[in-house]
Amino acid sequence: MTGICLQGDLCMGDTALIRDLALDMPAGRWSCLLGPSGVGKSSIARLLAELPGPQHLRGQLTTGDGQPLAGRVALMAQEGQLLPWADLVANVTISARLRGQSPDRAQARALLAEVGLADMEHRRPAELSGGQRQRVALARVLSEAAPVVLLDEPFSALDTITRLAMQDLAARLLRGRTILLITHDPLEALRLSDRAWLLGRNGAEALPLPDTPAPRDYRAPDLLRAQAALLARLHGELPCAG
Amino acid sequence: MRRMMRGPLRAGLALIVALTVWQVVVWLSNVPHFILPGPLRVASALQDNLALLWHHARFTALNLVTGLAAGVALGVVTALNLAMSPGARLLLRPMLIFAQAVPVFALAPILTLWLGYGAASKIVIVMLVIYFPVTSAFFDGLMRLPAPLADLAQLTRASPLRRLFLLQLPHALPALFTGLRLAIVYAPFAVVIGEWVGSSQGLGYLMLMANGRGQTDLMFAALIVLAAQSLILFAAMERLAGRDRQVRTGA
Repeated sequence: MTGICLQGDLCMGDTALIRDLALDMPAGRWSCLLGPSGVGKSSIARLLAELPGPQHLRGQLTTGDGQPLAGRVALMAQEGQLLPWADLVANVTISARLRGQSPDRAQARALLAEVGLADMEHRRPAELSGGQRQRVALARVLSEAAPVVLLDEPFSALDTITRLAMQDLAARLLRGRTILLITHDPLEALRLSDRAWLLGRNGAEALPLPDTPAPRDYRAPDLLRAQAALLARLHGELPCAG
Repeated sequence: MRRMMRGPLRAGLALIVALTVWQVVVWLSNVPHFILPGPLRVASALQDNLALLWHHARFTALNLVTGLAAGVALGVVTALNLAMSPGARLLLRPMLIFAQAVPVFALAPILTLWLGYGAASKIVIVMLVIYFPVTSAFFDGLMRLPAPLADLAQLTRASPLRRLFLLQLPHALPALFTGLRLAIVYAPFAVVIGEWVGSSQGLGYLMLMANGRGQTDLMFAALIVLAAQSLILFAAMERLAGRDRQVRTGA
């Protein structure tokens, strides 16, 4: 378990994309970055995961235990991360096999059952719906036992109802890990986060969250109030808003 | 079931129409049969020379399949090596492009000189002709790993070898099938040219011989047997590719 603290400017090549970032993501909690597309949310995820790209940090990245993050990070993205040629068990065990470990098929089957895909182990991703595919991706992340999990718009391609169900499932199954959730959906950010920031060119601004513990009921009055306030604020920032 | 029947049914119908037109043209124009034999005459030549055709077809088929297998194996190994090592890319890629620029068919006489009139020269010609399309199609597929899968390899700190065999290779199979399709189109050309240049056996040899003796009907019969071989190879390949496609798209 480890918290992550990120401070400095996020740069793309030579130009600074976001200045004066100060993100303090506590261990075992859900932290969330909310922002419009193109603002550099995914670049922060790629930075933490040490994935190749033009992004780099002019500043400091520290972890709670002082160990580097490399090899301890799992990533769940919007789509395209499943192997179209492999069945669901092989899709869950691929991380272990890529690491050179022997795959634990029994564990993979148990995880698939846990995300609600029992008896579908022999299907291929193409035979599943978008929501089911994201369940497989979630089962893979769970199989990795990585202390830090980056969720890069994992539910964006899903319909509203499926998205709510997946949020609950992820919140339940990923409990205890250090999570960074990246989203452009205000409700998602408000439901799931223990800490949330609104990203803009001039850094990250901490968002006020309801006092109740996450995940929050989408019908709770304080959540709905927070959502209305946030929507009004985001809407007001658009140049074309009346 | 109806859809399955429709394809072969339509092909059969098209064949009957084509054969009828051919026969009618021969009847009406009075072309001498050693210039253009009608389909009926070709059919009877096919029947009369069954043993002869079988003997030569076997030689050709064996060279075709052996050359294909060897060429595909060589192409696959080359592509895997190219994908693994930047050094190999630096060295082998210009050689591959040069090899493509050489019309391999033109090497047939030299290969016959070096390897003799037997099977070896034909197998090597087939191998050389299909080597480039198989290598380049498969290599392209190997290098085009989708970004999310490349990220997965990076996140798990996968070794290059595991990345290659667990992600790149299975992802590149459809590209390999594209190369195989080309190989199966080129290979019969290659084997026949090899047999024309120097051979005492094979359908190419038989065609040349029948042509020289004015047995045009036998030449057409040999041509039909050759076409049948190509079609069988193609159908077998499509079956394999179709199964792979079905797995990937769920269709």
